[in-house]
Amino acid sequence: MAVNNIWVFAQGSNGTITSFTAELLTKARSLTPNVSAFVAGDGASLAEALGKFGAKKVFSTGDLGGRFAGVAAASAMQALIAGGDKPDLILFPQNYDGRDTIARLSVKLGVTVLTNSVDIVVNGDEVVATTPIFGGNVLFAAAFTGSGPHLASFRPKSFAAEECSGAPAEVVTVTVPDTGKTAAAKVLAVHVEETSGPKLDEANIVVAGGRGLGESQNFAMVEELSKLLHAAPGASRAIVDAGWVPYSYQVGQTGKVVKPSVYIAAGISGATQHMVGMKGSKNIIAINKDKEAPIFAVADLGIVGDLHKVLPKLIAALKARG
Amino acid sequence: MKVMNIVVCVKQIPDPATPGSLDPSTNALKRDGKLILDDSDAYGVEMALQLVTAAGGGEVSIVSMAPNGETSGMRTALAMGAIRGVLVSDPALAGSDALTTAKVLAAAVQKLGMPDLVIAATESTDGYTGTVPEQIAEVLGLPSVTFAKKVKVDGGVLKIDRQTEAGYDEVECPLPALVSVTAGVVEPRYPSFKGIMDAKKKEIVTVTATDLGVSPVGWSGAGQKVSSVTQAEARQAGQVIEDDGEAFNKIVAFLETLKVI
Repeated sequence: MAVNNIWVFAQGSNGTITSFTAELLTKARSLTPNVSAFVAGDGASLAEALGKFGAKKVFSTGDLGGRFAGVAAASAMQALIAGGDKPDLILFPQNYDGRDTIARLSVKLGVTVLTNSVDIVVNGDEVVATTPIFGGNVLFAAAFTGSGPHLASFRPKSFAAEECSGAPAEVVTVTVPDTGKTAAAKVLAVHVEETSGPKLDEANIVVAGGRGLGESQNFAMVEELSKLLHAAPGASRAIVDAGWVPYSYQVGQTGKVVKPSVYIAAGISGATQHMVGMKGSKNIIAINKDKEAPIFAVADLGIVGDLHKVLPKLIAALKARG
Repeated sequence: MKVMNIVVCVKQIPDPATPGSLDPSTNALKRDGKLILDDSDAYGVEMALQLVTAAGGGEVSIVSMAPNGETSGMRTALAMGAIRGVLVSDPALAGSDALTTAKVLAAAVQKLGMPDLVIAATESTDGYTGTVPEQIAEVLGLPSVTFAKKVKVDGGVLKIDRQTEAGYDEVECPLPALVSVTAGVVEPRYPSFKGIMDAKKKEIVTVTATDLGVSPVGWSGAGQKVSSVTQAEARQAGQVIEDDGEAFNKIVAFLETLKVI
């Protein structure tokens, strides 16, 4: 089955699409010119931004009134497909709503999913998605078998986003079918735990702390160093699970994927789950007291030492520079 | 108060401390030998035990799927306090994709009788497809809340804080439902000596996929095939130095060459 029609599960707000959406649209249009976006929400307000990245059409469900995107989007997609508007491939972001939707849709359509992918290649009738496994040391490529639509989800920053100055996408309003009790979950309130300064997954420099900090108040050193470098503070899963910092700080397989110019890991040993989220950084500096720590295998500059001594001196030196 | 019956889906995985490997003939993840309870599932078991206690009655059961009849990981969950388990064990399951896994686990849940709540982890530590919980919900026709970081039940309704990219959402969902919980949702208990001894006597029913009426499974039921397995380009290690009290200067110099300060 050749790939002539691709949908992208698209997200955004206030007329702006997420960088994740732009990345997936850019990849999609490199595979076929026939790219549509699907928005679980108000797609009309995103039509212009989606068009700029190559979406010709945007399917829009309109406001979901507090219902989760997963059930609503999957059932609306299923209805479109049953009505004959059948894509060959649907690309999803590997995030909360993307995961819920791809999972629900796979059951509704009875097709497999390939998730956590970092690349997709179409070779005539064969569609192959690649996933890094074992902490990214091995690339596992799997081909879809059977009829489509093929469903694949991708990690953030798998593709570079590029505009193509396309016209605004044509808005197609879609109705969400009644999904009965499967849609019974309702969002009552939204809480934003914003950090000040640059966003973790967009920052040019990231300073991340781990268990080696010893205790929660020592995270202040990570924050101070971040401020001096105009960096975003990040964290390993260990200290997020321990409740030192909110989940929004977490870098890794189950957190954010970051690819900054400089990544400073303080007191992070480099568990596989963490490395997956930061190995793509251009330059890595690691400070750890254990010289056998796996983080040193990927560090451009590794300091074997006590971060409680190194960080204060580094902070003082940067302050002295003004 | 209403009694809560909960089924927790657990995965038994090779010890993550030992490096994973692929079966050279099939390129499937190797899952032979001793398997342990996936760490991420201990949170779900603990959450279930706490919800049953809070409800004032009910039972926690577990379901698992493994090609080789292994139960040592399930015994850990039983030692924590789960009452019984269903293991779907069938050599034919090897190579199953996430959709088949979800169908098998959903059938195992139904075999125990539909509970008030199904709990799973957000993703397994070894396979991390991350879609199975939501797929189980769809197969069972249940509403679901994924990535729950706080769960309680109030008047037969789930009140959940669900993790989001920017923070969290307060969510409400009627029972029966499926919830996937994040690591850190609760602090899992260590099984007591008595718990470990009791667990040896608890019942684990072993069934096959055929017993549950799910087919096809394994490689033949998977909508995917292995295309290639290659080594990723390794990142080169750079300079590693011991701190002599002046190592911070190396960092400053490095940041200067990168022109970020």
